[in-house]
Amino acid sequence: MIEAVIPSPLPGVKPGIANIVTLFVLFQYGFATAAWVSLLRVFASSLLLGQFLSPTFVLSLSGALLSLAALFFAQHLPKKYFSAISLSIFAAFAHIAGQLLVVWLWLIPHTGVVYLIPVFALAALVFGLINGLVTLKLIRPD
Amino acid sequence: MQKNMQRNIKPLLGDWLVVFAGLIAVIFMFQQFWRFEHASKLKIRQGNQVIGTYDLNQVRELQIHGALGDSHISINQGKVRFKQSPCNNQYCVHQGWLSHSGQVAICIPNQISLQLMGAKSAYDSLNY
Repeated sequence: MIEAVIPSPLPGVKPGIANIVTLFVLFQYGFATAAWVSLLRVFASSLLLGQFLSPTFVLSLSGALLSLAALFFAQHLPKKYFSAISLSIFAAFAHIAGQLLVVWLWLIPHTGVVYLIPVFALAALVFGLINGLVTLKLIRPD
Repeated sequence: MQKNMQRNIKPLLGDWLVVFAGLIAVIFMFQQFWRFEHASKLKIRQGNQVIGTYDLNQVRELQIHGALGDSHISINQGKVRFKQSPCNNQYCVHQGWLSHSGQVAICIPNQISLQLMGAKSAYDSLNY
């Protein structure tokens, strides 16, 4: 929501601050609650911003769904070695994969879309890492 | 306090693995998707007809007669450019040398276009 107001340096690249909330809820309340929060957020923010059922909404939904799917599998990774950072990066990659899939299958079925994949993947890695660090800080307050 | 904070957000072993795997994946994607194929052929159109297809691996100067006059096109070992054009804005000349497969230079006033093609022709548009 807040991100809709902040101008982005690169069109299409956003830090995904909402993913921090999803991750935080996943760690504190479990997967089912995180899924509810994530999906309700998609619906609520699209209604508030007037994007409900628009392409923006579909992109947001597909990203959220795939990223939840990634979290569903990643949450079973051994906690001893994999912290919120890993989960955040997996979710970020899945998010961008879900969005690019919709872009490619529905919005812009053009082979030129592949040129954007590396850029988005790099953004997913960087922001996934940063969001993971923030989530870690939130769930382990000192 | 400071030490405590750093310990709290310290990445674990698996996190480092994920970060490195992600980095390798991203580098791989850049190499895979941002590779441009060098063109081998040049197709020149004037108006609605194809003037000809030329091999790019040669040194050659062409003069194509267009709507305004003669456009001078030079081919130089794998690259091509509009050298001189009778048009006003000279956009085609300023575009400079083209060498990648799929690139195009179009001079709209003189109705001449250059299209570069590789071994296999890339899509220039798709209908959907």
